Amino acid sequence: MEEVINVGMNKINRTPAAVKVTANGSLKGNKKSKHVSESVAQFIFLVCAVVAILAVCSITIYMFIKGTESLKSVGIADLLFKTVWAPTATPPAYGIVYIILSSIVGTTLAILIGVPIGLLTAVFLTEIAGKKLAAVVQPAVELLAAIPSVIYGLLGLMLLNPLLYKLEKHVFANSTTHQYTGGANLLAAVLVLAIMILPTVINMSASAIRAVPMNLRATSLALGATKIQTIFKVVVPAAKSGIITGIVLGIGRALGEAMAINMVAGGSVNLPLPFNSVRFLTTQIVSEMSYADGVHRQVLFTVGLVLYIFIMIINLIITFMQKKGEKANG
Amino acid sequence: MRKGFKKLLTVALTATLGLAVLAGCGTGTSSNGDGSSNGGASKELSGKIQLAGSTSMEKMCGALMEAFMEEYPNVTVTTEYTGSGAGIESVTSGAVDIGNSSRALSDKEKSAGIEENVVAIDGIAMITDKNNKVTNVTKQQLTDIYTGKITNWKDLGGSDEAIVVIGREAASGTRGAFEELLDVKNKCAYAQELDSTGAVLAKVAATPGAIGYVSLDVVDKTVTALQLDGVDATEANIKAGKYTLSRPFVMATKGSVSSQSELVQAWFNFVKSEAGQKVIKGVGLILPE
Repeated sequence: MEEVINVGMNKINRTPAAVKVTANGSLKGNKKSKHVSESVAQFIFLVCAVVAILAVCSITIYMFIKGTESLKSVGIADLLFKTVWAPTATPPAYGIVYIILSSIVGTTLAILIGVPIGLLTAVFLTEIAGKKLAAVVQPAVELLAAIPSVIYGLLGLMLLNPLLYKLEKHVFANSTTHQYTGGANLLAAVLVLAIMILPTVINMSASAIRAVPMNLRATSLALGATKIQTIFKVVVPAAKSGIITGIVLGIGRALGEAMAINMVAGGSVNLPLPFNSVRFLTTQIVSEMSYADGVHRQVLFTVGLVLYIFIMIINLIITFMQKKGEKANG
Repeated sequence: MRKGFKKLLTVALTATLGLAVLAGCGTGTSSNGDGSSNGGASKELSGKIQLAGSTSMEKMCGALMEAFMEEYPNVTVTTEYTGSGAGIESVTSGAVDIGNSSRALSDKEKSAGIEENVVAIDGIAMITDKNNKVTNVTKQQLTDIYTGKITNWKDLGGSDEAIVVIGREAASGTRGAFEELLDVKNKCAYAQELDSTGAVLAKVAATPGAIGYVSLDVVDKTVTALQLDGVDATEANIKAGKYTLSRPFVMATKGSVSSQSELVQAWFNFVKSEAGQKVIKGVGLILPE
């Protein structure tokens, strides 16, 4: 018995020792190679992260340096509060207030048209439509997001502009002062932008609505609310932060769009009225950069800076919304 | 120790990347032709040719300079775009070798011994959509259309259709030439300002009642080119001096070309050579006889 126990003890004694030795040996070897590969991987990740940060920082610094040059040569008041844009005149005039206003008004109107349509589509997709119908609408929305902006511009040019020209002739039939734009005006840009922001708004809103817990709907229905009441009084408010993020992303898309607008908006610098030919911040840069030089070029960089600041504000709002959403959920 | 080294390496690599990005931004456009087709003579020629003058000729001069310096790698050509008048003054005073002018020289300038070497002609065609009944306008009518005094085609004998005034963006060479020739600089009321010749063509073709201006060489069958004062917009009429919406591009020299330095003669030989003429045509200009 004792022997057995001894053997057993020996075994027991021996085994941990053996384990210890081999474990120590292998662990030590592992640790070394692991340490190297870990730190190499870490370093690669760091470099990748630095590239992105560096890009953002250098763009920001570059835009601010280049964009503020004209403030000295033209003066901030002449730039931001004057309406005449005549860079090649003598003396030249560099008022960009109409251009800024066009961007703001155009984006706002596009949001006012696009957001209700987008939100209701999202509600339809997630709450109302049957599986079969949703299976048709959902891919259609995704396809809409994949269409390049130049295609939107082309369609606007070929279909929207002639239609709007007919409308323009009708509206201004008795006007003696209106300058006919041939249908290339703010309205055309707004309609194209409204369609372009739809997929962003729809997708963000739909995923926010899907994330609303089922028991909220069940409770509301159990309390006697109808389906529509449940949707608008319970589900949509619960998904508010996600929907607003979608809207803000839509604003960003509309504000930054250049190609489509360049093709349909006419491109003259005018007060942003529906039937006026207008120029946006983006199209201002696109259309004049190629031949501009000297102060003219500096001012175009300032226009870029204004656009950049707008986009940064929008991004800050998105970050703020997401933080708020996290707080509300957590 | 190890950590410190890692940090140092990170910083160094970041700095390198940053420098690379900045360097990428800093380098301007440079011609990358290696000029392998050089003859022996062109390699020997070296020195500097100075041009000054018209801003409208910038596109043509830039293209010519690039092609010339490819052919003669040891010659540096510089051009200052100071305006036609200033260019002629500079060549008269001898400050530069060649004075660029986008207008014909005055008799006074010619009597000062300045030679008018027309290297190209810039022609502008007025175009309308195909259905427009108006086929002829006078220069005065054109001015009135572009300054917003005439707003309907019926005032010009056409149908009752609003005129949609289409032009190019500020700083466009075509716009500059058009406004200069009609003397309507910065007085134009554009309904649309488009950023390319192709866009003007397409818009005019698609919009009823539209009028636009483009370089003569791009006019195609989708639009109608208007007569100006009863004269067709053709190369032949421009060369004959009948069609007035055109202007010569002059490279003026003090005295005849044959009395110039070897370098300047090489420049003019190049401009008149097949390669030079191709460059001029390539920027949409008409070659003089």
